Amino acid sequence: MNSVIFLTIVLLALSSYFFGRKKAILIQSNKRLTALPKFYGYYLAIWCGAPAFLLYALWSIFEPSIVRFFILSDYSSQGLLEGELNLFYEKVKSLSRNQYSGELTAELQRSAEKYLNFRDIAKWSKVVIVLSLLIASTGYAYTKISNNTKTREPVEIFLKGVFFLSSLAAILTTIGIIFSLLFQTIEFFQVIPLFDFVFGMHWYPAKAFVRDASEALDPSMYSDTFGAVPIFAGTFFIALIAMCVAIPIGLLSGIYMAEYASKRLRQYAKPVIEILAGIPTVVYGFFAALTVGPFLKDLGLSLGLEVSAESALAAGGVMGIMIIPFISSLSDDVITSVPQNLRDGSYAMGATKSETIKRVIFPAALPGIVGSILLGVSRAIGETMIVVMASGLAANLTLNPLESTSTITAQIVVILIGDQQFGDPKTQAAFALGLSLFIVTLVLNIVALSVVKKYREKYE
Amino acid sequence: MNKEERLIKRYKAEKRFQFYGKAAIFMALLFLVVFLTKIFSTGYTAFQKTWLVIPVNYNADLLYLDPDKKPTTEDINDADFYEFGIETFITLDPDASEDQIMELKKMFAFTFERELKYYLLDNPDSFGKTVDVKLTASDDLDQVFKGNYPRDIPENRRRASDYQLKIFDKLNEDGRIISEFNASFFTNADSREAELAGIASSFMGSLFSILVCLSIAFPVALLAAVYLEEFAPKNRFTDFIEVNINNLAAVPSIVFGLLGLGVLLAVFGLPRSTPLVGGITLSLMTLPTIIIAARASLKAVPPSIREAALAMGASKMQTTMHHTVPLALPGTLSGTIIGLAQALGETAPLILIGMVAFVNTIPGTPMDPAASLPVQIYIWAESAERGFVEKVSACIMVLLFFLIFMNLGAQLIRHKFEKKWN
Repeated sequence: MNSVIFLTIVLLALSSYFFGRKKAILIQSNKRLTALPKFYGYYLAIWCGAPAFLLYALWSIFEPSIVRFFILSDYSSQGLLEGELNLFYEKVKSLSRNQYSGELTAELQRSAEKYLNFRDIAKWSKVVIVLSLLIASTGYAYTKISNNTKTREPVEIFLKGVFFLSSLAAILTTIGIIFSLLFQTIEFFQVIPLFDFVFGMHWYPAKAFVRDASEALDPSMYSDTFGAVPIFAGTFFIALIAMCVAIPIGLLSGIYMAEYASKRLRQYAKPVIEILAGIPTVVYGFFAALTVGPFLKDLGLSLGLEVSAESALAAGGVMGIMIIPFISSLSDDVITSVPQNLRDGSYAMGATKSETIKRVIFPAALPGIVGSILLGVSRAIGETMIVVMASGLAANLTLNPLESTSTITAQIVVILIGDQQFGDPKTQAAFALGLSLFIVTLVLNIVALSVVKKYREKYE
Repeated sequence: MNKEERLIKRYKAEKRFQFYGKAAIFMALLFLVVFLTKIFSTGYTAFQKTWLVIPVNYNADLLYLDPDKKPTTEDINDADFYEFGIETFITLDPDASEDQIMELKKMFAFTFERELKYYLLDNPDSFGKTVDVKLTASDDLDQVFKGNYPRDIPENRRRASDYQLKIFDKLNEDGRIISEFNASFFTNADSREAELAGIASSFMGSLFSILVCLSIAFPVALLAAVYLEEFAPKNRFTDFIEVNINNLAAVPSIVFGLLGLGVLLAVFGLPRSTPLVGGITLSLMTLPTIIIAARASLKAVPPSIREAALAMGASKMQTTMHHTVPLALPGTLSGTIIGLAQALGETAPLILIGMVAFVNTIPGTPMDPAASLPVQIYIWAESAERGFVEKVSACIMVLLFFLIFMNLGAQLIRHKFEKKWN
């Protein structure tokens, strides 16, 4: 039914475009048009389609909750809990689809009939109301174009409005992120004290078993379970290892590309290094788990060291390789944008090329380089698949790179893989971790972007 | 230290510094080479499939069919091919004990019943005759034949037993083991058995997600970029939108997964594990990438074009839609393809919205549960069987092929259609 209404609206809008254009050509025979004939068509089509579609969309969104309200209003006086009402409503819905297999009660049957009844009324009134709105608005627009009013301006204002709404998508996404994270996190902190989360030393979410929904929450059950210190420590530790790999290699290759490399080398080597950034992270994770981890373990054995097969070193090292191109490209850009006169001045004083780079160009480019490193750190902190596959999933508080640790992202995946139960502290803990991840990366990004922007402004 | 010595020292430092730079580039390239060789060397064998060609006697008695009458399709469909298969396997070693018969059976993929049946359905003339039939080898023998399993370790640590290897060697001497292009890798859905697992389901999942992502992200991003670049007044609000877009581009992908889970699944109640939800989540993630690319190419269109159109009496909207946007389209398109390539390789958000479910059917619409290629890599990489290792590598090769293809496409569009303004 829904798709039929939708298609009808689309078809009517399309045909009213041609109708409007034809009308304009008719008018043209004895009057001067105010716009090109196609704008008459657009005008009519928009008035035909847009209001009806808007109503249709709003109706479809709100219909289920309104029907639910009417059905459950019969039972509001009985003092039932929210969960019981939900369960009852689900039963009513499945009964009305003839898929109910539980115990039949008179109440249930009555409600199911009422439900079907309401659905029917809703369906037909939707058709009638949407179509009558469509006819009314099209009629209004038709009288307008018959009187030969302006059509181009309203059409353009409408289009501009659509453009503006699209540009809000980014804001809506941000709001959606904050809403979904914050909502669950607040619920989480009603059970687990904020202090325990931020300063607790033990992370063991598996302890918080899925509990019965009717059972009351027992906060003591969760004490010493959601202490995020080991995870935060693990996240920064792995990011640190990654940066130990990425900064020297990325920075040096960036400098070499910008200052020494011949045009040919630059032309070929730069895109090839950037391939490293385009490889999906799950592929790096597989590489780290299958090749690097066992390799490090064997190497450690031959040196007499105890190396875990899922060591922080393997995950961090491979993550570092992934970040090399981010740092090398950005620092390359930054160094190339240092004005030539600084170099010339240094050469004129007799400095060699490397001395110029180390003493003149590097300090001049430092803010930009710091910005690129911060962006790299934010990537490393937000990286998920490498850690999930190559590092451990148990949150150990350790500073030994040969042992396994876990990160924020890995824990989110561990908790949320498979079925989730909303309203459970374990699930909410993942959202709390997500929020802390979001905040950390947001701060890093804002700082990095503003540093890079300031730097650019300095030399442009 | 005199002047000369100091100069020599400085020149040495210069040489050293250059060497460090070269070494860094070399290291980065070395990583790439090691990485790709590793993937290709473990993965290429997955494109070959091992078959055992064994003589099968389609005897009417063994199938409990009427020997004098040609069996109809229904007769064959109703016949019991399990017992028939076992009887056929015994012909490989007539003296086999009960345990050994089970081992014989395990040399074949569990689909042997279907394979025997379909052979007879396709070749009804072979009824009552003994013919050579190609059956899929089990994963363990497949790996032995490809040389991925060492044979010289003790039997209890080996997947294939001594007895199976004996039969295997005998068959091999007779030339009854053949290796052919593994078409089923591309046509089968996922399976718990490595020898039968294919990428068709996850490929369709990826395709649907990317199509959903494209159909949402491209129009919205293009219109948003047009608004911000051409129409938006310079005020605080537009600055805010701009900051927002830049930050969104750097938000970790897993946060978008949480958004999909917390809003699309929990609030809007969209179906779990489907490419529809995956595509919407990915589109939110690609949106900033495309907006930034589209704005850059709109910015690159010289003002003279706009001025000329306005001077000819076109309205602002006509100028934009007839002149500016078409000129900025190549850049926008190549940015879109790069954004989609990123989305194609994305795993973590899809895991959170449940696209890791084991799916052994090929999805037909975006509303069916599905995995995606990167998620398939993750699922297979987590399973212990050796047979899956080469599958993972092969799946990675397919994924990398598509990524390279898309990036080359983006380059091509950029070089072929983009106008250079000077």
